[in-house]
Amino acid sequence: MKTIQVSVVTPDGPVFEGNAKMVSAKAKSGELGVLPGHIPLVAPLTISAVRVHDVDGKTQYVAVSGGFIEVRPEKVTILAEAAEVAGDIEVDRARAAKERAEKRLAGNKQDNVDATRAEFALKRAINRIDIAAKR
Amino acid sequence: MALRDIKARIDSTKKTMQITKAMEMVSAAKLNRAEQNAKSFGPYVDKIQEVVGSIASGSNAKHSMLLTRPVKKTGYFVVTADRGLAGAYNSNVLRHVYRTIQQRHKSPDEYALIVIGKVGVNFFKSRKMSILDSITGVADQPSFAEIKAIASKAVSLYADGTFDELYMYYNHFVSAIQSDLTEKKLLPLTDIAETKSKSSYEYEPSEDEILEVLLPQYAESLIYGALLDAKAAEHASRMTAMRNATDNANELIGQLTLSYNRERQAAITQEITEIVGGVAALE
Repeated sequence: MKTIQVSVVTPDGPVFEGNAKMVSAKAKSGELGVLPGHIPLVAPLTISAVRVHDVDGKTQYVAVSGGFIEVRPEKVTILAEAAEVAGDIEVDRARAAKERAEKRLAGNKQDNVDATRAEFALKRAINRIDIAAKR
Repeated sequence: MALRDIKARIDSTKKTMQITKAMEMVSAAKLNRAEQNAKSFGPYVDKIQEVVGSIASGSNAKHSMLLTRPVKKTGYFVVTADRGLAGAYNSNVLRHVYRTIQQRHKSPDEYALIVIGKVGVNFFKSRKMSILDSITGVADQPSFAEIKAIASKAVSLYADGTFDELYMYYNHFVSAIQSDLTEKKLLPLTDIAETKSKSSYEYEPSEDEILEVLLPQYAESLIYGALLDAKAAEHASRMTAMRNATDNANELIGQLTLSYNRERQAAITQEITEIVGGVAALE
């Protein structure tokens, strides 16, 4: 069977490397499924899970904090500022981050920059908690 | 100098030497790690550069981060260490930045400072130069999350027009004994168009929207890359400084030991002379 190489890279180093028969991700414009031989494509991602369907029919989940996906016929590269494989997510830390963000959101309504930042932090935390539950 | 004093100095120099030697070894280990960090960062920045390059060169996409605009205010992003004892590491950067600012600008309204590291913060504070944003206590092996806040702030300050260009100053790591002071124009991203890329892509949804996401991420990654580079240079120059200190201490101990022995010999000789003199007087 044809497979496609997948790598998830962050500034702190590669997070995930492997082969898959399909990769699905949530781009800003909607769900995106990539099979081997896909035309070259670049798309920004939302804070979401990237699903890597590997050759033995298992699905691996990788949490990404946005970034973008670069597709080539034989390779998919996902570049995100932060990413974690489901198995590596520390749920306690994600919960703590979620609480922190919620508190901050409840605390200040007037400061726009902080509120947006807290909102993103909250989204990331929820995303990580959700994905951790799937492992 | 009395014998006892020399002895005391030898002892204290030996203790200092122990410390400098330990610091040298610690820095060597940290340098190793820092080099690894820089290596694992490499693939990320290469990839992002390739994609950015292909979009920027292959199209007429215009994004504010790519366009040069008239400069009313210049931003300076300065990377220093939190501690001294690293030879000329900090003073190299700071002296250069200070001089550049003095030359280029007449009033403090024309520039803005963003500083990493306690040494830099103190330097500019003591010269009454206002610092727009700063971060201290960056770990020896910084993670991206740590500097994400300051990096994205620097980028957004450019985007909202607080300054119209951004320069970055840091020590570039060359080898364990050499680092070069580097001045880099970070924003606007003018050198992208030169990077040739081999692939052309489909863009989903559109080039402009991708640039919107991609360019800030790219600029932030450049800042992080510079920081990793600077950290490696910091550990290297601290290692070199401490090695020099250890060598100097060794030399000093040698000299002191020599004069200690001389002094001791002189004392013995004098004692013998006195005894001989005494015996002669009795005869």
